[in-house]
Amino acid sequence: MKVSLFITCLSDALYPNVGESMVRLLARYGVRLDFPPVQTCCGQPAYNSGYWDDARATAATIIEAFEDSDFVISPSGSCTGMIQHYPKLFEHDPVMCGKAERLQAKSYEFTQFLVHVLGVIDVGATFPHKVTYHPSCHGSRLLGVKNEPMALMKEVRGMELVPLPFADDCCGFGGMFAVKMADISGAMVTEKADHVLESEAEVLVGLDMACLMNIAGNLRFRNKPVRVMHLAELLYEGVGRA
Amino acid sequence: MSGTAAGTKHATVKQRAGLALNDEFLRKAVKFTTERLRSGKKNTSEEHGNWEQWRERGRQIRLHTIAHLDYYLNLFANNARANGVHVHFAQTDAEAVRIALEIAQRKQAKSVVKSKSMVTEELHLNRALDSIGVEAIETDLGEYIIQLAGETPSHIIIPAIHKNRYQIADLLSAEAGETLAPDTQILAGFVRKKLREKFLEADIGMTGCNFAIAETGSMVLFENEGNARMVTTVPKTQITLMGMERIIPSFEDLEVMATLLPRSATGQKLTVYMSAITGPRRSEDADGPDEMHIIIVDNGRSNQLGDPEFQELLNCIRCGACLNACPVYRHIGGHAYGGTYSGPIGAVLTPALNSNVAEWDDIANASSLCGACYEACPVKIPLHDMLVYLRRRKVESGSGSKLESVGMKGFSAVMGDARRMRSALKLGRFGQKLVVRNGGIRLKLGPLKGWNAYRVAPSLPKRTFRDRWAEVERDVKANGNRLDPAVQARMESIVKRRQQGGGQGHGGHA
Repeated sequence: MKVSLFITCLSDALYPNVGESMVRLLARYGVRLDFPPVQTCCGQPAYNSGYWDDARATAATIIEAFEDSDFVISPSGSCTGMIQHYPKLFEHDPVMCGKAERLQAKSYEFTQFLVHVLGVIDVGATFPHKVTYHPSCHGSRLLGVKNEPMALMKEVRGMELVPLPFADDCCGFGGMFAVKMADISGAMVTEKADHVLESEAEVLVGLDMACLMNIAGNLRFRNKPVRVMHLAELLYEGVGRA
Repeated sequence: MSGTAAGTKHATVKQRAGLALNDEFLRKAVKFTTERLRSGKKNTSEEHGNWEQWRERGRQIRLHTIAHLDYYLNLFANNARANGVHVHFAQTDAEAVRIALEIAQRKQAKSVVKSKSMVTEELHLNRALDSIGVEAIETDLGEYIIQLAGETPSHIIIPAIHKNRYQIADLLSAEAGETLAPDTQILAGFVRKKLREKFLEADIGMTGCNFAIAETGSMVLFENEGNARMVTTVPKTQITLMGMERIIPSFEDLEVMATLLPRSATGQKLTVYMSAITGPRRSEDADGPDEMHIIIVDNGRSNQLGDPEFQELLNCIRCGACLNACPVYRHIGGHAYGGTYSGPIGAVLTPALNSNVAEWDDIANASSLCGACYEACPVKIPLHDMLVYLRRRKVESGSGSKLESVGMKGFSAVMGDARRMRSALKLGRFGQKLVVRNGGIRLKLGPLKGWNAYRVAPSLPKRTFRDRWAEVERDVKANGNRLDPAVQARMESIVKRRQQGGGQGHGGHA
């Protein structure tokens, strides 16, 4: 059984601790992740901007990287969501389209895999802090990952999960949107960070480093000391404290 | 280009959004009302109990109707004619305007009272009527307000959403010639009295159409103020304008739409008035128009037929739920979109109706693709996907930005190959030494200018995940934990099911 890690370019380059936490946490259940080093980016920036030829080039790299895998696990609902678009991206290429569909069927966002495949809800973590959760749009709306993180967080000892006002609202990242429409994106992330502050949480947790990078960047810009982390990091750190 | 804000000096969505972002009144007013509407929608759809099933039913009705639009349009037109209605087909906006003006001239009309209609906004019919000396008066409160202000609607169902009570009081006071207190009762009272006179004087009543029932030839109006009832009963002549996609097959289907539309639009379980009008006044009727016209407008709609990526646009029932759910709309309001239709539906519909993707993709960029529009849509139109298709069509047509095109080539060259990605990161780690302070980058230059105007950018860590991988792998191997046999069996069965062609979706929700 080959279970592979799709680290995503952002976590690889900027947030290596997210991948490391995932690998170490899953190893506790005897899941030894494989890491195909040829993997790069899911291609979403090019896809969303309309440059599908360029997106196909990166998508082909990902499809190839995980061709032999039985399960592909990623710490991002957005990049896992991008894989859902691969069949459409290759709709005029039956061979690649078939491969894309196979990758789609075996791709899991981290909490989907933990809850539905491993059947784990209680990882045995302790995290004595006030925490709020931002459900990233692609993971929750497009992949339908809504209850999984909630189920996992409910079991964490000592943790107070406080509601994030208007939690479902987009943080304003949107990839190139944050660059092209910087002021609209800025207004959105400022409002999101306001809501985080309103929740009075010490820690903001989520399932997508892109959104978390965006919100953390705004909190830091305003010198607000809220710790921002991926749920995999929180759970693994919490296991260490148990 | 249509004659709204897009025709003015603020040519791009970015420029128009800039105006809105600096208008605290507007942002507060839009935020206040969209929040009220979307929470109302959330409550009534949850209370309904089977919302998702009804949504799917609504989608199926719309898909079916649009797939057989020629049949249902024909059926509708024949039935409406049998009821004594004059049915006209207009291929373009100019043709629709010409037909309406000819009727007005033949009737020697001096004034037209209108109930709310987005299609007449699309045709700029008020201006056309004015040009032949016919006064057009909007009788929906919100429409009346923006007509006084000389503006266009900034929301599909709440045209004056961008104005607060005080601004409205100022507008109405100017019309009244006396100072009216910014009190809803007083303001609405003034408008009611004023419009009463207009209803009695009007030669023509003009309406839009929420749904046209093919099996009976009836047109159905949803409203909350009763003004559409006045418009369709007092004047001697009625002109109804409708987009060619407003059709549904039967009254049975109307039940589904009457469940979906008010809940999605305003969070109401029922609209206050729902009127189905089947032809002009019959001899035994107490009121109603003696002459009734229905103008069925194409104006770019038929371009979507047979286009697998955009045909579903015609399923839209114009509830405005996508506007209320949209975080971009909330910050920039409707005028920033530059067209008659705003919000996510407008961002797609405007370029689609005008078939000028190259010009309008600008609006398609004003979305973070969060999918809130799709989630809110009562007939499940995948607007977030359509926005991407629009962007792609612009690139494919060769009218994309040259700089961006070069950038994307570079992106795929680096990101399509792990070795090149690694080299790029190495270069980045070296380069960032000049700008990193306390692990963050605050420099407001180049590509970081927009980002760092609102954020601190993270710096690249010393080692990437792949640099750390060998070490992590060694540690993990050493721990020696074994997979639970039951989990192993589950994983094997998942793989097996997948090979047999199943395995879509991952176990539903926890």
